Amino acid sequence: MSTTANALGAGPKMIVRRPILVLAGLLSTVSAMVMGSMLAIWLDFRSNAPLRESTDGTKMLRDWLPENIKIPEVATNTMMMTFVITCVMAQWAIYSSRRNDSKHTSLALGVVLLTEIALINAQLAVYTQMGIGVRDGSYMTMFYAVTATMLAMIVVCTGFTLLALFRSIGGRSGDKDLVIAHAVYCYAISAIFSMLWLVVYVQK
Amino acid sequence: MTAVEVGSSATSSGVQSATKSNFLATVAAYLMTNDHRRLGRMLISISAIFALATAVEGALLAAERISTSSALLGSDIIVQLFSAFRFDLIYAVTAPLMLGLAVAVVPMQIGARSLAFARAALLGFYLWFFGVVLVGTAYLNNGGPGGGDAEMVDLYFGGLGLVVAGLLLISASVATTVLTSRRAGMTLIEAPIFSWSALVTSISMLVTLPVAVGALIFVAVDHSYERSTFGASDGVNAWLGWAFGAPQVFLVAIPTLGVLAQIVATMTKGKQPLRGGLLIGVGLMSTAMLASVTQTSHTVTFSGGLGEIAKSLVPYLLFNDLSILGVLIVLGLCLLAMKNERAKLDAAFVPAFLGVGMVLTGMIGSAVQKITNLNLANTVFEEGVLVYVTYGVLLSSIGAVSYFGPRIWGRQMPSTPVIGLGLLGFLATVLASLPFFIAGFADQPAATVTDFKYSGPAWLWNSLVTVGHLLMTLVVLSFIGLAMKSFRKGELNTATSADLFESVKG
Repeated sequence: MSTTANALGAGPKMIVRRPILVLAGLLSTVSAMVMGSMLAIWLDFRSNAPLRESTDGTKMLRDWLPENIKIPEVATNTMMMTFVITCVMAQWAIYSSRRNDSKHTSLALGVVLLTEIALINAQLAVYTQMGIGVRDGSYMTMFYAVTATMLAMIVVCTGFTLLALFRSIGGRSGDKDLVIAHAVYCYAISAIFSMLWLVVYVQK
Repeated sequence: MTAVEVGSSATSSGVQSATKSNFLATVAAYLMTNDHRRLGRMLISISAIFALATAVEGALLAAERISTSSALLGSDIIVQLFSAFRFDLIYAVTAPLMLGLAVAVVPMQIGARSLAFARAALLGFYLWFFGVVLVGTAYLNNGGPGGGDAEMVDLYFGGLGLVVAGLLLISASVATTVLTSRRAGMTLIEAPIFSWSALVTSISMLVTLPVAVGALIFVAVDHSYERSTFGASDGVNAWLGWAFGAPQVFLVAIPTLGVLAQIVATMTKGKQPLRGGLLIGVGLMSTAMLASVTQTSHTVTFSGGLGEIAKSLVPYLLFNDLSILGVLIVLGLCLLAMKNERAKLDAAFVPAFLGVGMVLTGMIGSAVQKITNLNLANTVFEEGVLVYVTYGVLLSSIGAVSYFGPRIWGRQMPSTPVIGLGLLGFLATVLASLPFFIAGFADQPAATVTDFKYSGPAWLWNSLVTVGHLLMTLVVLSFIGLAMKSFRKGELNTATSADLFESVKG
């Protein structure tokens, strides 16, 4: 009797479905919808603000951003560029992780952590330089609400980076999905910040 | 003799101690569980208890409107009660009920060993539960929308945030389970229809609830600091009102289609005709999220030129009526499947079918309400819509629990009481909502209990609604009693998985 004849047939092909990646995608969607909702309300308020004359009297402006408030553009533009660096470093972590290079994975994640701390610092610097109070008026209240929500998302991303970094340092070099999921969330946060940067800091 | 007595006493105390220890162990096991069936049971049971409280709220509000010249409760309480009723119907009862069913059933249906991120789902349960408790506390202390106690209003915002965060975590867990934990060989299109509907609901919730969070952050920050831009505590109704009514509530009702289609599929024991159409029907109902995401109510006015009508008609049809088409497709296909000669009536079919019927009636009512020529805005018609849909979901849940219950609890429910409660629930739903459809056309204002007059027997409509809510309280209470009795001492489940879950291949 041939052993081949009695052998069981091959089962269905195993599918690796990566739940952590799907969860990161869902988390990114949720974050994008929160910020999308806030920016939509922001734009609604801005477009419905009453008109006023500019200081030189040559044109009519929307009375939205109070005249005495100056957005520190150096700090906000630096934040935007820091996000680009964060994305490149997160991709470097994936590149290294796929090659089982745990040293470079940890190094890349460490740099991501550093950039995230820099982002938090930059956001706090923006608050300090603007010197406005949260209860000073509509613009100020909404400005703090929208930027503090962004700050909270950056903090969540920092927590994600810390988790990936600890696992990488701890020797879980085979845990590639977590590193990829971390990068997905970093990309999402960067895209979300670029929306906020355009609407709140550039168009004002 | 004494020695025997001591021994008996010792044995008795030992048994008591063991019983107490077993009880505590069971409680602890439930509180820290990562078993999807236990988590599902907790969600279903607690939302059923909240359903009782909500039906009593509905009865109180309707009873207040029987006499328009006097009020039993203070005006502050009435304002809070109106808001609490809307919140409870959606976020304390129907959403967790449907998600609880999904949590309990979906992993079994798709052949998963457990729920994906089960501990996150458990955290979601706790966030939701304590959020509802905080929101309830705020309402009781004049802290809901329009409330006078500023600290309690802040508590309300915090509680609402927790409720939404909890539901988001549970939805994420359910969606990830369906997307990633199916048994080898099962494609997404082959997933059982209830699992498919749970996926559609979860994703709809994950897309729409964050929009509410965005608005909530603005309103909460404004209330804490400036109190003018978003209207302080009144801002909730202006900026978040869409999250407490139609069409947001339709998203919560999507699994009712899954429940009905699932029951019909196994009743007929054959291949579901046009299964793809069924999946499309369930998917179409999720178009209700378009209206939620845009945070606006899309109305139509039949006056002026054809161009003007078309301008408002297109978004009206897109945002309000596509979801009705989805329900009609599923109902049609289910009735088509029932023509199969092998079809054998299942008791669960009665409440599930009537539940979908009630949801459909509510959805049609919502579409009618958005025709501005009828002047139904700000009337009790809107409350009728909400009650039709949410009580429809409750009815469907009765069907779902009696159908899936044997797989979750291991024992069967008797058929006759389930059919009886289904019919009684149907009567309760009609009584609690249809009179408000009529009173809406007679211009009975919404959210007011006194000083309104219209030509018609206002006392009759409001009395009927009171009776409807009380009857629903009775139905829910009876069903809880029946379920507890059946699932503890009923006949052991003899059904095989083939009897309970549809066969995709036929």
